[in-house]
Amino acid sequence: MRRNQALTTYKKGGIHPAEYKLTDKSPVQILPLPEKVTILLSQHIGVPAIPVVSKGDTVKVGQLIAQGKGFVSANIHSSVSGKVVKIDSLPDLTGYKKSAIVIEVEGDDWEENIIQSTDLLKDITLSKDEILEKIRESGIVGLGGAAFPSHVKLILPRDKKAEALIINGVECEPYLTSDHRLMLEYGEEMMVGIRILMKVLNVRKAMIGIENNKADAIYHLTDIASKFPGIEVYPLKVKYPQGSEKQLIEALTGREVPSRKLPVDVGVIVHNISTAYAVYEAVQKNKPLINRIVTVSGKSLKKPSNFVVRIGTSVRFLIEAAGGLPENTGKVISGGLMMGKALNSLDVPVIKGMSGILVIPEDETKRKPIEPCIRCSKCVTVCPMGLEPYLLMSLTQNGNFYRLEKEMVLDCLECGSCSYICPANRPLLDYIRLGKTDVKKII
Amino acid sequence: MSSILIIILSLCSIGIVAAIILYLFAQKFKVPEDPIIHDVEDALPAANCGGCGYPSCKIFAEACVNSDSLDDLYCPVGGQETMDIVANLLGKEVKQTDPRVAVIRCSGSFENRPRTNHYDGASSCAVASALYVGDTDCPVGCLSMDDCVEVCEFEAIYMNRKTGLPVVIDEKCTACGACVEACPRDIIELRKQNKKDRHIFVSCINKEKGGIARKYCSVACIGCTKCFKVCEFEAITMGNNLAFIDSDMCALCRRCVTECPTNAILEINFPPRRTKTDEEKKTASDKISEKVKTDIKE
Repeated sequence: MRRNQALTTYKKGGIHPAEYKLTDKSPVQILPLPEKVTILLSQHIGVPAIPVVSKGDTVKVGQLIAQGKGFVSANIHSSVSGKVVKIDSLPDLTGYKKSAIVIEVEGDDWEENIIQSTDLLKDITLSKDEILEKIRESGIVGLGGAAFPSHVKLILPRDKKAEALIINGVECEPYLTSDHRLMLEYGEEMMVGIRILMKVLNVRKAMIGIENNKADAIYHLTDIASKFPGIEVYPLKVKYPQGSEKQLIEALTGREVPSRKLPVDVGVIVHNISTAYAVYEAVQKNKPLINRIVTVSGKSLKKPSNFVVRIGTSVRFLIEAAGGLPENTGKVISGGLMMGKALNSLDVPVIKGMSGILVIPEDETKRKPIEPCIRCSKCVTVCPMGLEPYLLMSLTQNGNFYRLEKEMVLDCLECGSCSYICPANRPLLDYIRLGKTDVKKII
Repeated sequence: MSSILIIILSLCSIGIVAAIILYLFAQKFKVPEDPIIHDVEDALPAANCGGCGYPSCKIFAEACVNSDSLDDLYCPVGGQETMDIVANLLGKEVKQTDPRVAVIRCSGSFENRPRTNHYDGASSCAVASALYVGDTDCPVGCLSMDDCVEVCEFEAIYMNRKTGLPVVIDEKCTACGACVEACPRDIIELRKQNKKDRHIFVSCINKEKGGIARKYCSVACIGCTKCFKVCEFEAITMGNNLAFIDSDMCALCRRCVTECPTNAILEINFPPRRTKTDEEKKTASDKISEKVKTDIKE
């Protein structure tokens, strides 16, 4: 670690919400198998996968059950062994119905080629193309939350070259600790994963960005990183939303990604730390993406914990394992406190991009009455993209979509800093999000 | 005295020179405009609502003058009368279009459709619909957040707070289509205006299978095809577990209304029926719904 250097961060905006990292000391527990899993066919950004099994089929753990269609899509594998009982439209996290495969669990029978031992496999024997193919086959998506298919990010446009790989270990959202625990418990595996990603991208340098509030993870990874040439750990100042791709790049390299451009345009590629771990498992152990670490947390919960969960387990099962749903619950949020979305039912399944389940008591969920904008410009001050949220909101309300597009509404990363800071409790992000979808329709 | 004279004279001469310059420029850059456009615009209702598909009445008037036929042009606010006047002015033919009126195709009131969760985000149907399924389980039902009310220029729609459903005032509705566009769930439909504003329509757009639809809402269309079978005028079509009554073919006989086991078909502005008392009606509908329940079970 470069101890003597001042901590860096990005320049524009940002907020400091209370952290509430209740579970950063609790080790990752393996959740018992549920009775049945519901695996949604569109857990990633892009085209939904097409099922390749039919009702009544018996499947093993790790068996391909739905094939990604087209380039921007991801394969989906069975996370349990058992019988396919239903292929139907079932409510997803928003409550709207999407196609899903329901599997009833029978035993725990894994595909033969998956290596189940926990030994560290350090040597990378496969070639670049073989690794890429394996990542694509394993259905790996960005596990930070957006769930963008990882293989797409690893294939660079021909005329562009990456100089460095950035690994996102920031975890700036309140409550969430899944990446933090992963760094502490699976540090070496993760480093091998980073080496694999470096080999695919043909870069010599990897930078791991970790916020300064995770001192134990910074020390632990710095120790391990000394054994892996090219990988360096950079502590960062605590600020939300540093976990966003563009903000992290600026914090680490000082380069700003221009509007409508990709990180590769400034010579870097960003991957999440848990994606690196998933890549290790896929490439070294042939294990597709069938489970992930989910933080189940909340002040009112009896046993907030970090669980290794099979994809498709219902949220209700997770909350039961964390001590049951408290009576005064007002909201259950999937994802982080700032960017996550409230669930309208507990019977929705865990998906690849779900990093946490937060149970929030009723008295904390009440929205205060909306008051008129007082032009204090606090939202402009905190916007990490340098936008004018108050303006974007009123433009959306007035339906002025051409002006909205000129005001760069599509650059908004929906971090919610503006709604958080607004003294008049205006639902800025709600309207900006609507404006974004409307603008996407006209361009 | 002379100074006042000088001031008056110089100001007058400046005025005259400026007037001449303005006149010359006005002649030079004159935009020739067909005077008939102005006449047509005067005949239009000047609501500038956009219901015709053009941004303002003036641009619609230009379109009327410049196009060869008036077939695709229709002012829903002025209706047939206005279009006849426009056709007279321009000496063109105009086809007969029936006046239309908006209807709300959802009966999911608080009573009929149980609320499963509570939404307290930004009060806008568009925002809520983009976020999630809504405070009931029905993915297509009314969200009761006034988007259609706010967009109506003619104050022809209001929200009934007791039921949580919008109500159209037929006399004021001009069928401009603003609410149809504003509704993110596509519940509002423009239908033919009948005598005495009578309507019969399926007040549900849920395409789920019967059992699931009934779980969301007690007055959902379950796609049982009973109305389809009873209709003598071939006005009813079935598709995706949903019945649809074509307002152009419907003869308003009300047989489908009696037949519907879930009361999903509504009759509006009809006189009360003479044959049955309210109690008889209730028992009849109970019998029917029991029968449907057994049907679904089977």
